[in-house]
Amino acid sequence: MKQFIAFVKKEFRHIIRDNRTLLIILGMPVVEILLFGFAVNMEVQNIRVAVYDPTPDAFTTGIAERIRQNSYFNYRGSVQTMDEMEESMRKGELDLAVVFQQNFQEELVHSGEADVQLLSNSSDPNRGSIAATYATAIIAGFQREQTDLIQIPFQIQTENRMIYNPLMKSSYMFVPGIMGLVLMIICTIMTSVSIVREKERGTMEVLLASPLKQGTMIFAKTIPYMVISFIDFVIILLLSYFVLDVPVNGSLLLLFFVAILYITLTLSYGLTVSTLVDKQVNAVIFSAITAMIPVLMLSGMIFPVDNMPGALQALSAIVPARWFIEAVRKVMIQGLGVTIAWKEMLVLTGMTLFLLGVTIMKTKKRLE
Amino acid sequence: MKTLKFLIEKEFKQMFRNPLIPRLIVLFPTMVLLVFPWAVSFEIKNIRVDVVDHSKSVYSKRLTDKIAASQYFILHDTPPDYNAAMLNMENDETDMIVEIPASFDVDLVKRRESGVGVAVNSVNGTQGLLGSNYVMQIVNDFSSELRGELTQTLPPQTRVSFMRLKKMNIVPQYKYNPALDYKKFMIPGFMVLLLTILCGILPALNIVMEKENGTINQINVTPISKMNFILAKLIPYWAVGLVVMIISITLSFLIYGLWPGGGVVAVLISSIVFILSVSGLGIIISNYSETMQQASFLVMFFILILVLLGGMFTPVSSMPAWAQAIAAINPFNYLTTAFRMLYLNGSSLADVSGNLLALGAIAVVLNGWAVFSYKKRG
Repeated sequence: MKQFIAFVKKEFRHIIRDNRTLLIILGMPVVEILLFGFAVNMEVQNIRVAVYDPTPDAFTTGIAERIRQNSYFNYRGSVQTMDEMEESMRKGELDLAVVFQQNFQEELVHSGEADVQLLSNSSDPNRGSIAATYATAIIAGFQREQTDLIQIPFQIQTENRMIYNPLMKSSYMFVPGIMGLVLMIICTIMTSVSIVREKERGTMEVLLASPLKQGTMIFAKTIPYMVISFIDFVIILLLSYFVLDVPVNGSLLLLFFVAILYITLTLSYGLTVSTLVDKQVNAVIFSAITAMIPVLMLSGMIFPVDNMPGALQALSAIVPARWFIEAVRKVMIQGLGVTIAWKEMLVLTGMTLFLLGVTIMKTKKRLE
Repeated sequence: MKTLKFLIEKEFKQMFRNPLIPRLIVLFPTMVLLVFPWAVSFEIKNIRVDVVDHSKSVYSKRLTDKIAASQYFILHDTPPDYNAAMLNMENDETDMIVEIPASFDVDLVKRRESGVGVAVNSVNGTQGLLGSNYVMQIVNDFSSELRGELTQTLPPQTRVSFMRLKKMNIVPQYKYNPALDYKKFMIPGFMVLLLTILCGILPALNIVMEKENGTINQINVTPISKMNFILAKLIPYWAVGLVVMIISITLSFLIYGLWPGGGVVAVLISSIVFILSVSGLGIIISNYSETMQQASFLVMFFILILVLLGGMFTPVSSMPAWAQAIAAINPFNYLTTAFRMLYLNGSSLADVSGNLLALGAIAVVLNGWAVFSYKKRG
């Protein structure tokens, strides 16, 4: 035990001595949670819109005025020709064009029907379709006002309630994701690179020759990293709560427990990586690629797992961040307890045990 | 010039001495383009819904069936009350609860209007909003269906006035991506992501690796200019980036049928300018770092900022003003926009020239800094 404590102390000194790295490890999450917490959101705003209206009349100018006043739109005036419109859309200067048919009002009054076309730049499908939806709502609203004296029978109103996130803030969805991403990157690179560095320099062999059992030794090596990562988590949590206004609806203790499980898991992953490579460059490349891209794409941080095809849903099950993010959303945002988050926690534990097993087996082999 | 040639040769030899790197250059883009585009979709299907039907009438039954038949929804359960449905939501078995009041049918027939309650899990705000919009659409369809059937029961006066309603036909047309295929939108983004990772991380580790190995001292005492040294570091990443781009362009054509309407040349030219700027950033990081660990943390820090504030996943236009100011100096943002225009809008090289100029300016500043920050003494 005394040996063990001495070893942990030694590792702590190693880390604290390099205060530049320490500053990076503790500063990086602060900057990133603030940047991404405020800036990353899916809302569609500032839609640049132009109107093509060959024969202006009371109706078309009325609709154009409604669009101009709507806060989602950035009204760019009217275009004289369809070619002009096409060109500015191709150059990426325009998101939506409202195209009225000739003699709009006259047609509407006499034949009872008139066409208005919405050309939306849908290279971004989400933005394209939502822009068209907003414009449709404005035109439909204008039309309703024109006919407001007539009661339309058999209407069914829907009364909507947004549960867990009544203000529909993007941060509720992204903050757990950013936590998962940042912790994964820091923990994996931290452990894998520092151990491979010792391998590269040959100091690992010296350590292995010490009387300490290698399991204990690896455990001692990870303890300081665990402490630092937990401090990172606490910093991120404080910033999310006090600066980004993301609530902590569930038990704080449970949330800490989930975080410790996840940190242990990501550190174990770093250990596993360190047994697979023997150059620092390769440790960085391997950790960076496997820690970043799967978390961005498959964890549900940005793209919901439920929307993916079956094969990718299965693949996402081996991404640790997926389970962490789900657990944090449940505990932190939805305020649910261990009776519901136990499944995610079980998966995180299982993955940790698996990775530690692989690491120990690999290390043993190397020594034989 | 001759020195430069030898230096470049040295860099290539050093790069390929590590067997992971050539494999990485080929396999990484292939894997990413093969697998990840399928994961991206905001198109929402299979929303699980619980219907709490207090009315248990013909009309409420019809509405329930209509929801169940929709392609967007899966009818998960019809629990007896709201609390039971809420429990299902907490257990993550359902995403949405539709509650039909007991007086639903009576209200419809007697008062000619009625209502339903919709509660949706909105942790994911967009998904919540879309889900409730879909329910609203279904309910509206249902009410116009009823209007068709029940008009005869109306007093003649009302019937006439509402049948004389004028109609504006609103026709949306989705330009450049009529099928609203998210893959097409994301693939150009993936190409930029690949370039950023490979041509950002590798140079960031390069000089610091020479520092750790001690080989930098040999370079420092050799009579070569700082400019030549940095150029020799940069040029191999052009080669890496071009190979990555050629693989990406070919694969995205073969698998997804995606071809740049603006021409392959335009795509490659923009890539070259971009690679210069991210590699410059990598070299700056390498110059300022003492250890590989520092360099790797710093490069990941900057890559995350480039990517997440670069418009690949979430639109720059919906960011707050200060974040848009960051985007204005973010090379990732300029190349993603340019690629999407070249690939989807069929824009020409001239149309994206503004983006290229911005990229060029960023590259000049970053590489000037890279040369400046390289100190020839240990």
